[in-house]
Amino acid sequence: MNRLTLISLQVLVAVVTLLFWHIASTTTLIGNPKTISFFFAEPLAVGKRMIQWFMEGSIWYHLGITLTEAALAFIIGSLGGVIIGFWFARKPLLAAVFDPYVKAANALPRVVLAPIFALWLGLGIWSKVALGVTLVFFIVFFNVYQGVKEVSPAVLSNARMLGMNERQLLRHVYMPSALSWMFSSLHTSVGFAVVGAVVGEYLGSAAGLGYLIHEAESVFDVTGVFAGMFVLMGFVILVDWLVTLVENRLLVWRPRASVITNR
Amino acid sequence: MIIARKTTRDLNEAQDVNAVELNGIHIAFPLQGGGTYEAVGETNLVVSDREFVAIVGPTGCGKSTLLNATAGLLKPAQGQVRTFAKPLSGLNKHAGYLFQQDSLMPWKTAIDNVAIGLEVAGTPRRDALGQARVWLGKVGLAAFADRYPHMLSGGQRKRVGLAQVLIRHPKILLMDEPFGPLDAQTRLIMGDLLLDLWSADRKAVMFVTHDLDEAIGLADRVIIMSAGPSSRIIGNYTIPLARPRNMADIKSEPQFHDVHREIWNALKEEVLKGYRQTEEVRP
Repeated sequence: MNRLTLISLQVLVAVVTLLFWHIASTTTLIGNPKTISFFFAEPLAVGKRMIQWFMEGSIWYHLGITLTEAALAFIIGSLGGVIIGFWFARKPLLAAVFDPYVKAANALPRVVLAPIFALWLGLGIWSKVALGVTLVFFIVFFNVYQGVKEVSPAVLSNARMLGMNERQLLRHVYMPSALSWMFSSLHTSVGFAVVGAVVGEYLGSAAGLGYLIHEAESVFDVTGVFAGMFVLMGFVILVDWLVTLVENRLLVWRPRASVITNR
Repeated sequence: MIIARKTTRDLNEAQDVNAVELNGIHIAFPLQGGGTYEAVGETNLVVSDREFVAIVGPTGCGKSTLLNATAGLLKPAQGQVRTFAKPLSGLNKHAGYLFQQDSLMPWKTAIDNVAIGLEVAGTPRRDALGQARVWLGKVGLAAFADRYPHMLSGGQRKRVGLAQVLIRHPKILLMDEPFGPLDAQTRLIMGDLLLDLWSADRKAVMFVTHDLDEAIGLADRVIIMSAGPSSRIIGNYTIPLARPRNMADIKSEPQFHDVHREIWNALKEEVLKGYRQTEEVRP
């Protein structure tokens, strides 16, 4: 199949879905349009709402807040994951002692922490950042840990025979290996940073996309909910595309990536 | 720094000193269920400076183990490893090691892989890269400097590995079935390349292989090891073939066949013994 056919087919799926949605919510063909549009909104109204948001400019503020929270969660979570992952991988005793606790902490569904973070850190951005950090941290941690552990023994012996001391091994062998694992989990960890931000906002805040959706929902403004979801979708796709660009630059040396996508 | 300089001077004074001496070494590994597995039993081996020694034996006879002990990656359970008249402690700083498995750093380009040995020793990056370029030329890969290992063929990766090791001018070259995974033609070419590079500044070489033709073609001396466990040296043959040699042509010389027959008769029994053992172990 060539590219053009593929793209037209992909567009066709969207067109058919929207058309079906439109017909169902405005005509009596499928059911009572009043009921359907109450639960599912109308595509044209949703589109209008999104345009209105962007024209007014109010959406940029919310997008900015969500982006800030996600970015902070990603940076702090990644730094923590890299440092602790490295430390544990180089100190097997430490890793063995903390192993059950790491597993236990990772087994906990992070959403339940949101109220506690709100209690501790208030309703500002930091409670959302904290929630995102707990999600990002474990993904990065496990990948870095694995990256250090999985260094091929032959590469390691070779590097030592080439005269590398511990510090040089860290820089030329362990670091690149660990970071390659981390980078290949970039899509997942960035995605979770956004999840943390939006879920946190949803559960209690005064700004951000999650807040926007929650506000619309609380007054049964389904159009607002759907508009919020579509903006969020577009936002995530954009972020994901940026991650792909970064990844292609950073992992040129890698033929094919294998990843741990823990939860 | 001072220590390093002193060592170099000592080496210059002592040209006739043996590059490697394995004195009564035993090598054992702990087994999972307790106890130990003795891979190599009582072994004595002397490799002179500038001598090319090939070590041949059946699969799993501890040939690689012997190299690892010489490199200092493995500590023998008993006995002593000496290198240039000094007991070995820690890694063998005189040795360059070409491993059987892929051991290039996959995140570095070919030229960075070759230069790294100099860089970590303190050579400025520009100089290191310059020398690396020269060495890549010597192994015929000048045009591939910016490729990553996964973009190179198996033979090309071995060439990069060879350059990576030789650029540091090790006094001892340890090679563990370096051409093992390559096809027959590439092996011949790599053999000739190795002989070329080696004859330029004869280092002591310990070359492990299971290919007797390759061993005879390359080496001054061929060592035969018995099948494990507790394998030991059971044969020591000086190869009287004249140098310079050519890996393809040498096989048609009558002398080659005489030596080959003699060694093969000794080796055959061990190979069969090795096979029988793997058969027994297999469930």
